[in-house]
Amino acid sequence: MTYEPPLEKHSVNIREVVLGEGEKAKKIGGENTFPFHFFEGALPNPPGLALEFLDMQPENWTRRTLEPFQDVLSDPLEWARKGVEEYGAEILCLRLLSTDPMGRDAAPEEAAKTVRNVLDSLNIPLIVLGTGTEDKDSKVLIEVARACSGKNLLLGPVLKGNYQEIAKAALEHGHAIVAQASMDANLTKELNIALCKFFPPEKIVVDPTSSALGYGMEYTFSIIESIKQFGLVDKDNMMRMPVFSDVAGECWRTKEARESGEQGILWEAITGMTFLLAGADLLVLRHPEALRLIRNMIS
Amino acid sequence: MALKGAEIMKMLPKTNCKECGCATCFAFAMKLATGGVKLDDCPYIDPEAKAALEAAMAPPIKLVTVGVGQNALVIGEEEVMFRHEKTFFHEPGIAVLISDKENEPDIVEKIARIKDLRFERIGNVLKVNLLALSNDSGDRDTFGALVKKAYEATDFPFILISEDTDILFSTAAMCADRRPLVYPITSENVSAAIPKLKELGMPAGVKGDSLDEVISVTSQLKEAGVEESVIDPGSKDMLEGIRDQTLIRRAALKKGFRPLGYPTMAFPCFMCKDNYEEALATSVLMTKYAGIVVTSLTEKDFIFPLLVHRFNIYSDPRRPMTVEEKVYEVGQPDENSPVLISTNYALDFFIVAGAIEDSDIPAFLCIKDTGGIGVLAAWTSGKFTGEAIAEFLKKYDVENKVKHRKLIIPGVAKKLKDELEEELPSWEILLGPSEASDIPKFLSEEWRV
Repeated sequence: MTYEPPLEKHSVNIREVVLGEGEKAKKIGGENTFPFHFFEGALPNPPGLALEFLDMQPENWTRRTLEPFQDVLSDPLEWARKGVEEYGAEILCLRLLSTDPMGRDAAPEEAAKTVRNVLDSLNIPLIVLGTGTEDKDSKVLIEVARACSGKNLLLGPVLKGNYQEIAKAALEHGHAIVAQASMDANLTKELNIALCKFFPPEKIVVDPTSSALGYGMEYTFSIIESIKQFGLVDKDNMMRMPVFSDVAGECWRTKEARESGEQGILWEAITGMTFLLAGADLLVLRHPEALRLIRNMIS
Repeated sequence: MALKGAEIMKMLPKTNCKECGCATCFAFAMKLATGGVKLDDCPYIDPEAKAALEAAMAPPIKLVTVGVGQNALVIGEEEVMFRHEKTFFHEPGIAVLISDKENEPDIVEKIARIKDLRFERIGNVLKVNLLALSNDSGDRDTFGALVKKAYEATDFPFILISEDTDILFSTAAMCADRRPLVYPITSENVSAAIPKLKELGMPAGVKGDSLDEVISVTSQLKEAGVEESVIDPGSKDMLEGIRDQTLIRRAALKKGFRPLGYPTMAFPCFMCKDNYEEALATSVLMTKYAGIVVTSLTEKDFIFPLLVHRFNIYSDPRRPMTVEEKVYEVGQPDENSPVLISTNYALDFFIVAGAIEDSDIPAFLCIKDTGGIGVLAAWTSGKFTGEAIAEFLKKYDVENKVKHRKLIIPGVAKKLKDELEEELPSWEILLGPSEASDIPKFLSEEWRV
């Protein structure tokens, strides 16, 4: 029996999506093989690693996650700047927590102003996330889309109940979107089909929602793996979008991350690394140390 | 490699004697292909044909056992590349590396620490599996002393590592009753190793600098009758590890390539600059197919996340996302402890149970079978109604577990509160928080008996 390396080639690739504009713009996706399979295919873009920041003082964050940003927590712009200049983030993710209708319920205009302010000063690829509340998010993200017209933000989460309004605004103002469908590859596909009736597929990143190590990580892992298989192996046109994993909040909410900061950093880094191994193209991370660790592993 | 009935048919006597219990040889062949009958049931099969059929029908990845008894590590017989295609069957062994160059007090302390790397998590025991004992000193007696110490102090199975084949086997003989994995068996020492492996009945840790070398060694071992091997493809970093592990499993599963049809091992302990990187590389190699990972990590903060990681990836995705219906005890609750109720949707359960643990207030967590659907959907479909919950409390005799009569229900289920007040007039129904993460705050502020 002679051995021939059983290499597998795929004739399609995951769509390439551009985040941001100008010289700092980042591309994600574009691969025609499974994660890290440099031996049998092309992975033109390394996975995107975004550092999270909030538009208000965090509540319930652990000491270990507050530490790196202790001096800038009350100022989103300075927080963002520190993420970029001190911790080397090349993509940022702004979570508009102030707009939570169950919390401060800040006005869409106020949130949009914060986003604009960060963009004007830093001009780096920016993910802007609402709070997952369909009605409020559509008001907030439409306002953000308008205020940052042409900046190619990545706006999300776009859900079954608000995709039409948000995607329409994103299209009009030249932004990309995160299409979120919870823990089911079929729902991911359904939402993509609905979106692609009027929205360009190369501006969509999909989020099957993330769970943390020890709290259902394996479900996210397998859904990402199956989405990528549908896309690459079955050549399903509606499943060839890059995958987005919001690791930050889920990991640091766990008991294990809260009881030990060192363990928390590993909790976040292992969860993130596991999703990259499944095929995620873009991660949102909270701790700069987790970001650094993952960046070292994949560079 | 699974054989089709028609292929098996060619090897049978074709006499339709019916002595196997099947009407025809063809019927027997079809049943054999799906595992419904055993080859031994055919009294007239030609011995050569039988051997050939047995070889062809063997699982594509050999099952290998390292160690003995209840601590033995069993790996191999994996069937898929992706866990969602079926499941991963045998959790990889986590082996902790100990060198005979380490100082004696350090070794004693390290072994004690490794024995403590054992955790309970939602009814499951998570632990490291093996000691990888390494003869870095090059000295026979020093290595012998390390193995003796490990032998006396623990009942872990061992991987014995020595570049000196003589030392390797003379030391292996000292602990033959533990059935260690001996490593490395290479193209250079395989001829000398074969009689020893057969005499001692141990699995071989095959090391090659290329897959071609591995194939040559496993083929020689197989030819000589050494059945159990574990392959180390010699990967030097994480990316090589992913490549080698993927190609080995693919060759075995998709090509039926026997010389690579063995479980594998990887050494993240030699791939990384620091402990954090090593932990990440270890998690990656466990997911991407290693049967054994050898680590230098011994601290809880590093090992525990890896144990949970392995537990997650090797859980069976064919199981619905549910947990068993029962009254779970979180911490050690007593008759004054709070009683909470939720659905058996697995993700909700982990989060709620974790939040209660986080509160440091022991509690009874009642988990009602809702077929794995969440609170609101279960209420709508009648599986988590006042009536259903009242029945649950009765069935599990919750009234006799506590002296108080207070039931905490999920905060999203406001309408359920009215129903329960009607069904359970003797109980006070407390509406808990909507977010599980607020449970610790809720319990510490609201819980009074």
